[in-house]
Amino acid sequence: MNLFEHVGKFSRFLLLVLSKPEKGKLFFSQIMKEIHKLGINSIGIVVIISLFMGAVITLQTAYNMLNPLLPDYLVGYTTRESMLLEFSSTIVGLILAGKVGSNIASEIGSMRVTEQIDALEIMGINSANHLILPKIVAAIFINPFLYVLSVFVGILGGLAAGYLTSTVAVSEFIYGIQYGFIPYYITYSLIKTVVFAFIITAVPSYYGYYVKGGALEVGKASTKAVVNSSILILLANVILTQILLK
Amino acid sequence: MIRLENVNKSFGDLKVLNDISITFESGKTNLIIGQSGSGKTVLLKSIIGLHDVDNGAIYYNDRNFTELNHKGKKEIRKEMGMVFQGGALFDSLNVKENVKFPLDMFSTMSEKEKNKRVEFCLDRVNIQNANHLYPAEISGGMQKRVAIARAIALNPKYLFCDEPNSGLDPVTAIVIDNLIQEITKEFNMTTIINTHDMNSVMEIGEKILFISKGFKAWEGNKDQIFNTENQALNDFVFASDLFKNIKKST
Repeated sequence: MNLFEHVGKFSRFLLLVLSKPEKGKLFFSQIMKEIHKLGINSIGIVVIISLFMGAVITLQTAYNMLNPLLPDYLVGYTTRESMLLEFSSTIVGLILAGKVGSNIASEIGSMRVTEQIDALEIMGINSANHLILPKIVAAIFINPFLYVLSVFVGILGGLAAGYLTSTVAVSEFIYGIQYGFIPYYITYSLIKTVVFAFIITAVPSYYGYYVKGGALEVGKASTKAVVNSSILILLANVILTQILLK
Repeated sequence: MIRLENVNKSFGDLKVLNDISITFESGKTNLIIGQSGSGKTVLLKSIIGLHDVDNGAIYYNDRNFTELNHKGKKEIRKEMGMVFQGGALFDSLNVKENVKFPLDMFSTMSEKEKNKRVEFCLDRVNIQNANHLYPAEISGGMQKRVAIARAIALNPKYLFCDEPNSGLDPVTAIVIDNLIQEITKEFNMTTIINTHDMNSVMEIGEKILFISKGFKAWEGNKDQIFNTENQALNDFVFASDLFKNIKKST
């Protein structure tokens, strides 16, 4: 199947997904379940990655600032800007594309090959809408919180690394993270996070929903879902950066 | 009652169903039999609308299913119950939630009434004390029975079963067959069962459609099957020595 066929099929798929849910109450309870599954269960990995990422950015910046004319607070400034602009949105997005994306593709794919999706259709239920819209809504809602958490934990990791290795004084680091702060960068990153949340859920759902065959095909769909959603995240990152920061 | 008129279905150049016409009556267990690859699963999926037919008509009583729009088909689908080959129970829901699911989606019952209905359906298929168990925690036979309970939860007019006793031991298979037949009579449903299990044919085959290479090759009941002159049907039904000996002895 070529790219244009995929685009057309994906568009038709989105029309099915983005229709009105059958029962509002049930839809709401599914969103709650998905928030737990896709968001709350991802807090651990987001915290670990952000903590170490913040620490490494701090140490690398500190060890590469050889010019004595550069002030120490630049370490804190660099850590904040890196976490805020790129790492907490894009890198966490890529990590979640792996964790959440493979989970969604294999879950929906398994439902397809075991005829659970057919069972929904027979009942007169729009299976794409019933299964996938709650995931998209949940991710769009919860991922911005994960982003904010990642920024805080990353900066905290940087602060701890600077203090524990004595590479930068705590007061300098704290001054750095407040220096030259542009609030619009948070808006920019939150917009990116929302777009990535859509990609992380919609693309793997698409690959899972159209699986044909058995367990082997479900595995292949899961791999394709992670690879393609990662590529789309990187592409969207470039486009959004150009649009939002020019 | 479900009536098929000259139903045709192709996949690309491959013609899978050729001019199938038959009437499946209510209150009877109607069986579609045939070899693997004969087209019986495609026929069943066409009847329930998972495949669109190329031409021909499928009537649910007097409603032409093939000419209905999405909304019309959806209304008829609410009158259908389906038991899939593997059960197709929702993995993320336990036994009670699986049976309650169609009620949550489509009924206006109160929570108490829904629970009562679930209890009745599970009781009807002889499942007790398994409400909290998940599909992965119960046997294949139990999964089939839960699938039947889910299928009858909304009091369907039409019940479809795809290989309902495949993968089951002979005793459980007979239990499932008898259960489907009892439910069909009790609720006066139009039941269509897709099978290649000859025990089922002999046990509950009140009306049988034999498909061979996509064509309707024979139509009759379990008593007529012994005296048929149809060579393809004879080759299919009496393939095993056991059934050959039964035929000789009768």
